[in-house]
Amino acid sequence: MDPGRHGRRGRIGRGWRILGRVAAVSAAGLALSGCTGILAPRGPVGGAERTILFDSIAIMLAIIVPTMIGTLAFAWWYRESNTKATYRPDWAYSGRIELVVWSVPLLTIIFLGGIAWVGSHDLDPAKPLASDKKPVVVQVVSLDWKWLFIYPEQHIATVNQLVIPVGTPVDFSLTSSSVWNSFFITQLGSMIYTMKGMTSRLNLQADHEGTYHGLSTHFSGDGFPDMQFETRAVSPDAFQAWVAEAQGGGGQGGGGQTLDDRLYRDLTKQSVADAPKTYHAVADGLFERVVSGKLPPGPGPNAPTGGTPPDVTPKGGTM
Amino acid sequence: MLGKLSLSALPLDQPIPLIAGAAVVVVLLGVIGWIVFAGHLPYLWKEWITSVDHKRIGVMYVVLGLVMLIRGFSDVVLMRSQQAVAYKSPGFLPPEHYDQIFTAHGTIMIFFGAMPFIIGLMNFVVPLQLGVRDVAFPTLNSVSFWLTATGALLVNMSLVIGEFARTGWWPSPPLSEVTYSPGVGVDYYLWAIQIAGIGTLMSGINLTTTILKMRAPGMSYLRMPMFCWTALASNLLIVAAFPILTATLAMLTLDRYLGFHFFTDERGGNSMMFMNLFWAWGHPEVYILALPGYGVFSEVISTFSSKPLFAYRSMVAATMAILVLSFMVWLHHFFTMGPGGDVNGIFGVTSMIIAVPTGVKVFDWMFTMYGGRVRFTTPMLWSLGFVVTFVVGGATGVLLAVPPADFVLHNSLFLVAHFHNVMVSAVIFAGFAGYGYWFPKAFGFKLHEGWGKAAFWFSVTGFVAVFAPLYVVGLLGMTRRMQHYDVPEWRPWVLAASAGVIVMAIGVVCQIVQLVVSIRRREELRDVTGDPWDGRSLEWATASPPPAFNFAVLPEVHGEEAYWGVKQAARDQRRLREEPSYEAVEMPLNSATGVICAFFATLVGFAMIWHIWWMAGLGLLGAFATFVIFAWRDRVEYEIPAETVARFDRANRATRAEALASLRRRAA
Repeated sequence: MDPGRHGRRGRIGRGWRILGRVAAVSAAGLALSGCTGILAPRGPVGGAERTILFDSIAIMLAIIVPTMIGTLAFAWWYRESNTKATYRPDWAYSGRIELVVWSVPLLTIIFLGGIAWVGSHDLDPAKPLASDKKPVVVQVVSLDWKWLFIYPEQHIATVNQLVIPVGTPVDFSLTSSSVWNSFFITQLGSMIYTMKGMTSRLNLQADHEGTYHGLSTHFSGDGFPDMQFETRAVSPDAFQAWVAEAQGGGGQGGGGQTLDDRLYRDLTKQSVADAPKTYHAVADGLFERVVSGKLPPGPGPNAPTGGTPPDVTPKGGTM
Repeated sequence: MLGKLSLSALPLDQPIPLIAGAAVVVVLLGVIGWIVFAGHLPYLWKEWITSVDHKRIGVMYVVLGLVMLIRGFSDVVLMRSQQAVAYKSPGFLPPEHYDQIFTAHGTIMIFFGAMPFIIGLMNFVVPLQLGVRDVAFPTLNSVSFWLTATGALLVNMSLVIGEFARTGWWPSPPLSEVTYSPGVGVDYYLWAIQIAGIGTLMSGINLTTTILKMRAPGMSYLRMPMFCWTALASNLLIVAAFPILTATLAMLTLDRYLGFHFFTDERGGNSMMFMNLFWAWGHPEVYILALPGYGVFSEVISTFSSKPLFAYRSMVAATMAILVLSFMVWLHHFFTMGPGGDVNGIFGVTSMIIAVPTGVKVFDWMFTMYGGRVRFTTPMLWSLGFVVTFVVGGATGVLLAVPPADFVLHNSLFLVAHFHNVMVSAVIFAGFAGYGYWFPKAFGFKLHEGWGKAAFWFSVTGFVAVFAPLYVVGLLGMTRRMQHYDVPEWRPWVLAASAGVIVMAIGVVCQIVQLVVSIRRREELRDVTGDPWDGRSLEWATASPPPAFNFAVLPEVHGEEAYWGVKQAARDQRRLREEPSYEAVEMPLNSATGVICAFFATLVGFAMIWHIWWMAGLGLLGAFATFVIFAWRDRVEYEIPAETVARFDRANRATRAEALASLRRRAA
């Protein structure tokens, strides 16, 4: 082996080492920040979705990495200055290559299509989760710009805070008072849109106690970045205790108010970064009246009784 | 008298738009002033503004596209800087301004950056590749261009007068309805897109007709260059899809102006219908842009590998398959609206199926290089950069087509990274590959290679540096369009993406420098042969720049790769073909119809946005009168005498004979 060649291999080796180091640093960075987001699911739905995500990524990497390498290798080997490469100026067809070229993507897609088909049925957000526990029912209304959570069975409601018991399925019905939003608790999986006059369904479950980040993922106007809420997954006993406290007028932002139609109308007015709130009682059928349009939609920026327009300057970090 | 328009429409209290707007106005007035006082106006008016020559119109489209790409990129700089500082802080852009910027970014990049860039390339190249003298309807072509320019003008006017939409680039109701967006922003969007959309539709009709009806003798469909095939597919898609957009936006206009309820979710209206209709246009739109891009890469890779395109017929089949499939996937934009397992399953699978013909294309480009002699020119580098980055975008696209994966990735920055990955690779890289490849054809000199390569490397590095972190931060749950955020884990990745923008910006600067340097050194870079790359299709058979009539005599086509065949025959017989007999050529006269029509369209658009009804009426009347005057014109064409044609062709033949002789000298 001549030294020049050795030198080049050395350079390439060093290149690989640097690349490896970059990859290791990125992976470490990802792992460190892995305590949030969809890569760190804390429930069965998010877990299943992460598995599908990883499987699909692995299948596709198996195709695209060789393609990338092949493209660069072909281009480099057949460079004009390479006298060792054979020039075939008229070679433009090969039935065998064509067969492979059509089969490889086709077979990949058949395989992935199967995953997609089965996955869309198994993980359909509207499908109840298998569990021997009775689900907790939560009705969600997206407002400008906050989230309203109604617990119809417990007769309580909250704004910008969601409390759920671990190990128990949560059965969400969702709608919007005005514009579209999308409800998403990143670590529990499956987002779903909220739309005025329509009810969407979502079933989630948390398997571990903790506080999870919830947000809107569909742009809904100037207050959109503050459409965030904390989801606290607590033990079933703690959940019962929280419900009792809320019913008694306590809880975060509690004040013994009953969420009736009048208070709901106030709530539909535009506001940003509202502090969490708890209502000790809620009028029956409120959610249904919102969906059916019996309660008026959010008035938007030109609220007739609004007085001064809402201050949409974000209160950064105050949440 | 002036509708809703008053002095308060000017951003006198907001320094950022005021300064930006004032700077743009000053530059614009400066350029116009220079043109007028330096006496360039008559030349511009005669040779460009009123020109109906497809090559001139193509160049103007590309210029518009490039200017708007820079405008869209300035939005990127603002957005990425805002997110870099807006961690637990309101940043420097308030939401009502930030929201306009991302809306304008999407709208401008798609409708006024990418579309004119791609339509311009098609306009310039397709008639030349087909071996004909112009498009089917030359004056209509000019109208199309000027209406597109009107749309671009209206969007940019909103920077200074009033505001732009704050809804995102697809103005989804109910947010875009008058209750939730009472300002003029959405109206600017609607009228700009409607007017430009009419231009695009007419351009689609024009190019489709040209390809179907006006090919050189002997050029059957399966002898057309790949770029013409992709242009045909793209323009068929325009004809089929743009009316959907026009109708949808018209319905939203009726909602906003006349109190209709198409999309209000009240009195039987349904906002879901807007989404369905919008994406029934929107997904084909992706392929309207990407397919001609694939065509550019096919031409460039084949030419610079000195080989025919591998599996040409397979490529044609793949192109047409994509054309059909692109209409069957729109529902993947709302997997997360709860359509149920069956619907999601079916549309997940149809969306993935598009990856099959696309994958075939990628492999065919690979095998086009196999056995070739690859020349690493700037256009070829863009093409290789495309293949390597595009497969990642394709793979993440297939991933998002798996509904359970989309349930956690929809609207995240992962999605944003995905569609930028495919659109930037397939459209912008293609645009620059085509720009470098056909520039010598258009102007008779090549672009500077060094600056071109620098632009390539900085742009690609910057592109990876911006979007790789966005993929990651999307996996961490960050959603798009956030004016500020509080999650600490997102911050490093957001900062990394912002740093990537700096690298990309250097690429943009190199691109501008390349053009300036190339113009200054045009004598060194001059190409007298008309065929600087040893090309294979008919545009290389004529001189650079081509004369108004393109070809002295319409070429006879005897196989695929028409011009390669001619060159082969000349090499074998060691001489050019016999000199043909020359005849006079009739060419269409210049017409001011396009620009006058666009002037009135601007009036109509501006008047409708501000509810100045008398001005809208005046504009409509003016546009109609323009058409009537055009329809009753007496002289349609002018004649180029046979001697002029002969003089041009003899000169062109002399360069070809010289090229042949030098080839033989080298072989000897």
